[in-house]
Amino acid sequence: MDFALSSDQLEIRDLALKFARNEMIPHAQEYDEHGKFPAEIFKKAWELGLINSCIPAEYGGSGFSGVDGVIIGEALAYGCMGMNTSFMANDLALLPIVIGGSDAQKKKFLTPFTEQFKIASFCLTEPENGSDASGIKTQIKDGGDHWIINGDKMWITNAGFADLFVVYGTIDSSLKHKGISAVVVEGKTPGIELGKKEDKMGHRSSDTRGVKFNNVKVPKENMLGKPGEGWAIAMSTLDHSRPLVASSALGGAQRAMDLSIQYSKERIQFGVPIAKHQAVQFMIAEMGMKIEAARLLVHKAAWLCDQGKKNTEVASYAKAFASDSCMQITTDAVQIYGGYGYSREYPVEKLMRDAKLIQIYEGTSQIQRLVMARELLK
Amino acid sequence: MNIFVCVKQVPDTETKIIPTSDGSFIETASIKWIMNPYDEYAVEQALLIKTSNPAANVTVVRLGSVKDTEALRTAMAMGADDAALIEAPDNLDSYSIAKALKGAIDKSGKKPDLIFTGKQAIDDDALQVPQILAEMFNFPSVSVIVGFEQSGTTIKVKREVEGGALEVYEVSTPVVLAANKGLNTPRYASLPGIMKAKKKPMLQYSLGDVGVSDADRRVKYSGFKLPPEKPPGKKFDATDAAKQKEVVAQVVGLLRTEAKVI
Ligand SMILES: Cc1cc2nc3c(=O)[nH]c(=O)nc-3n(C[C@H](O)[C@H](O)[C@H](O)COP(=O)(O)OP(=O)(O)OC[C@H]3O[C@@H](n4cnc5c(N)ncnc54)[C@H](O)[C@@H]3O)c2cc1C
Repeated sequence: MDFALSSDQLEIRDLALKFARNEMIPHAQEYDEHGKFPAEIFKKAWELGLINSCIPAEYGGSGFSGVDGVIIGEALAYGCMGMNTSFMANDLALLPIVIGGSDAQKKKFLTPFTEQFKIASFCLTEPENGSDASGIKTQIKDGGDHWIINGDKMWITNAGFADLFVVYGTIDSSLKHKGISAVVVEGKTPGIELGKKEDKMGHRSSDTRGVKFNNVKVPKENMLGKPGEGWAIAMSTLDHSRPLVASSALGGAQRAMDLSIQYSKERIQFGVPIAKHQAVQFMIAEMGMKIEAARLLVHKAAWLCDQGKKNTEVASYAKAFASDSCMQITTDAVQIYGGYGYSREYPVEKLMRDAKLIQIYEGTSQIQRLVMARELLK
Repeated sequence: MNIFVCVKQVPDTETKIIPTSDGSFIETASIKWIMNPYDEYAVEQALLIKTSNPAANVTVVRLGSVKDTEALRTAMAMGADDAALIEAPDNLDSYSIAKALKGAIDKSGKKPDLIFTGKQAIDDDALQVPQILAEMFNFPSVSVIVGFEQSGTTIKVKREVEGGALEVYEVSTPVVLAANKGLNTPRYASLPGIMKAKKKPMLQYSLGDVGVSDADRRVKYSGFKLPPEKPPGKKFDATDAAKQKEVVAQVVGLLRTEAKVI
């Protein structure tokens, strides 16, 4: 057994962390305050090869493993969890193509993302179906030589900037999950109607919107797999993407701990740095313990996936544990900063707001526990 | 065109420096090494030239202990073509370093047109290698450069002088140029660049290979120790108007007798 990262992975991590420190952290507060989409930073990260880590080498990608992906994800989230949501949504949207696409579809849809800076959106959630995704109502109808899509999507990350949408719908809602299918929709296709940008608690720089599909026509060859195979593709996507989302929580938690350690050594109360007070030390110890455990889970969940082994259960452990820990750790970071922590002039309140989302998207912490229990009680 | 860039590997600026127990050098085992920040401008300038002149070859040269070759790998990941490493202790003096760098450049068999360095290394701050190197080659040299323009063999460089004024020099190649902050914005090594760098050639030499022996040492270090810790500052309370005269007299007295600054 070897817990060490390879020298390649250390270099990848160092580059991503350098990028996070120099290009993300100095701007995070401003983008958060104004809810500004980080287009230039996103593009710069793409130029360095930090985006779309899921694209295989044969389609022009860097050929990173899942473990490489979570190493990059953690480092970028260290810079800003909100910006990283925009970055990560590309992988989330491209993964169904990597997993369920034919060779021709991969060439057509993935390779352009390696040649030019492009943005993608993953459209599963609907206004009335979040956790209960198998109940989605978006219709995918056979129109002869094309598919016709009709329906409402909700909470779609990157929607306002997307060059490509991967849309889940049903060919027949009475079939429940057996009717679910996935199609690739190019951004400029007529009939796509974007909602207003959501005014969110955290991850404010990421672009989140409702998207309506009104008689949107896409070529037959844009369906991933066969009609009805969308659910299997979506579930497999989650096995790959949950470790990635968990890595984002890990990066945010690490940043909260680093800031807490620094501040607690500087802030003097009762004549000593607050780091000398045992109650503060215990909060920091708890942070270190949770981060170490979460990192092991995240790396293992990604590693299992790389080995081609089933990781559903561990991916849920990683996602729930890392995001719940991130929530606790960022809350304690605010506690350690005291009144200053509650002010927007200091960086920790943003971390606390950002942490909350990671317990919600990609399956809430409750849904993760349902998955774990289902696997354990099988 | 052959461009050489001399890069040094220095402790990360956040490193806590600890002298070895015998005082002969600093503890290096736990240091995180980075490329000397001024050398990044030197590498970037060489790469900018390569962009407009793809036939140019950029070689990075480093002297130091082999342990890891962070600086050379970073330079190659940024886009340098090849590298040479001279394996040597990290605490050589400027003269030996310059002689070794010249030895390695000579050994490459490529006639240098441009040699870039940083204006100084942030570890020992000796600020001597570029000038000694230029003397050894009998090349002109300009240090602290913040601007670079080339037309053929003529190079126009801007150099920063005290007070923010700029001096403009025209020199002809071959030349040694030492870069300052502001010359350009160093690029990041991209991930594909990092992967490609692993396949780029890196020659390794010993000090003997490049013609340097112990007799070349001009400076011998007698010991390394941390600067004495600063005593805590003194505070004087002059909020009470009636006592101000007395406090001022006390401060002036201490500045004379204790701090000896007036
Ligand atoms: C900022 C943001 C970005 C997002 N980006 C995307 C995106 O790009 N693409 C996309 O498709 N979706 C996206 N989502 C949607 C996200 O995945 C859903 O919000 C999430 O799955 C929860 O669904 P819901 O909001 O409908 O909550 P609900 O499903 O209504 O859940 C409400 C509460 O009930 C609990 N609950 C529900 N069912 C159960 C159960 N069976 N047992 C126990 N508890 C239960 C939940 O845990 C939760 O606490 C995004 C959401 C947000 C907020």
